[in-house]
Amino acid sequence: MSLRMLWRKSVNIIMLSLTGLCALVAVSVLFFILGYLVYHGGRDVNWDFFTKLPKPVGETGGGMANAIVGSGKLLFLAALFGVPVGLLGGVYLAEFGGHAVPFVVRYTADLLNGVPSIVIGIFAYALVVMPVHHFSTLAGGFALGAMMIPIVLRSTEEFLHAVPRSMREGAMALGASKWRTISSVVLPAASRGILTAALLALARVAGETAPLLFTAFGNRFWSPGWGQPISSLPVMIYTYAVGPYEDWHRQAWAAGLVLLGLVLVTNIVVRTLLSRGTSPQRL
Amino acid sequence: MAQTSAKPAYNKESSEDSVVGSMETVLKPPTPSGSQTVLESPLRMQIRDLNFYYGKLHALHAINLQVAANRVTALIGPSGCGKSTLIRTFNRMYETVRGTRLEGEILLDGENIFAQDVTGLRRRIGMVFQRPNPFPKSIFENVAYGLRINGLPAASHGHLSEAVEHSLRRAALWDEVKDQLHKSAYALSGGQQQRLCIARALAVDPEVLLMDEPCSALDPIATLRIEELIDELKQRVTIVIVTHNMQQAARVSDATAFLLNGDLIEFRPTPQLFTTPSDPRTEAYITGRFG
Repeated sequence: MSLRMLWRKSVNIIMLSLTGLCALVAVSVLFFILGYLVYHGGRDVNWDFFTKLPKPVGETGGGMANAIVGSGKLLFLAALFGVPVGLLGGVYLAEFGGHAVPFVVRYTADLLNGVPSIVIGIFAYALVVMPVHHFSTLAGGFALGAMMIPIVLRSTEEFLHAVPRSMREGAMALGASKWRTISSVVLPAASRGILTAALLALARVAGETAPLLFTAFGNRFWSPGWGQPISSLPVMIYTYAVGPYEDWHRQAWAAGLVLLGLVLVTNIVVRTLLSRGTSPQRL
Repeated sequence: MAQTSAKPAYNKESSEDSVVGSMETVLKPPTPSGSQTVLESPLRMQIRDLNFYYGKLHALHAINLQVAANRVTALIGPSGCGKSTLIRTFNRMYETVRGTRLEGEILLDGENIFAQDVTGLRRRIGMVFQRPNPFPKSIFENVAYGLRINGLPAASHGHLSEAVEHSLRRAALWDEVKDQLHKSAYALSGGQQQRLCIARALAVDPEVLLMDEPCSALDPIATLRIEELIDELKQRVTIVIVTHNMQQAARVSDATAFLLNGDLIEFRPTPQLFTTPSDPRTEAYITGRFG
């Protein structure tokens, strides 16, 4: 009997420490990555990095100003395409659909979310790049936007479902039409959550490399307008990391640090906003 | 008052019956023993042979009911008897639920409510719900909402704050909130939120105010304030109130309808229903033998 107790107690302790250890590993991965990036790239994150173009091969120094601006432009396009489609699709799912259609849309969105990003890239290549015969900012933005759609759509749906039915009834009992109810009461009530989801989706696609490889392609110079190949941070990291030069490697580390920093800051800001927004006591 | 005689009587189905759109004052309860019922007031709403279905479930059976103008009509009965279902047919709120079906007719001032535009109908028949459901907006915007969406003249610039103040005064909330109109409605207490919802409903100046257990989520003091308010409001509005609480029905209402399992058992002036119920089931319910 006591042997049995001993066995049960030791199993308990072992399993408890195992779960704790795994939790620790999960947490420390982020800090390990961050520390590693700071160690290797911290020195190269300087004023030049943010303001200068890449130097010609063989010269040291230079920066990634064009890649930072390029990532910004690509994300702008992605948001312009992905957020409205995801948002309105989510509204349809939550508010209008019958039984069969939402099921299909929801299922498709979840599948789209699982499609490898490189495949999304090929899709954008076939759809946007092939017809015009050259890489472009537009194609890259389209690819990233397509990746945002399922995330925004599903979270919009969830946040709309969280708005109590009584609030919709209150508006409809005053004579509001269905769309008026949604646009003036339901969407504002869910707006903070939806905004959060959109920003998190943006942060998620900000680090995507694969869909950009053969859509936005890359560029060592500024890319004016929307019709030309454009540089972006993830693609620059890829190019520089596999390049043969020591200086490129250091800059790749620096770019990784900047990218991760931007994503982390976005995440933290957004989550702070969300945690304040979940209590209905505040407007 | 119902100016029903000035309007064309509703006569879509039976022209013989169309006179009921005029100043009829006699209530016709389903039980012969209650036929003495008279409320000295014209009729605001008439419910005729109303059958209601949730899918296959027959929830209301051939309901006949008259709602007198500027009176408080209470619907009582045990849980699941159909009183909330009934009140939600009056402003066609049931239509927001899938799989429901209604037969029979409901007249507002002699006109069939199903022949009207639903948004216009809901402006004329306001509703207050079981739980306070203010919008996540400021106190001011909550009251102004109905004026804005209906594009009423009061929504025009300059008149809006007047109209909001007027509604808040009518709901006896003005003095408590006049200094914090632009704060969130969620900052108010439950009782204040419910009065805000009443102010919101009153802002569009409805003829009828439906109240679906408006005090069930409130404490006794907040309940008392709402009951006092109901008494003041009936000067200008016709009120239909669903309540779980028989004492409340006895306190605030002029006529009471007792429902049981989807049937209207008895409908009479409140004092008579509570003192000399004609149906044994009504008596059993009001003396607390079930429900």
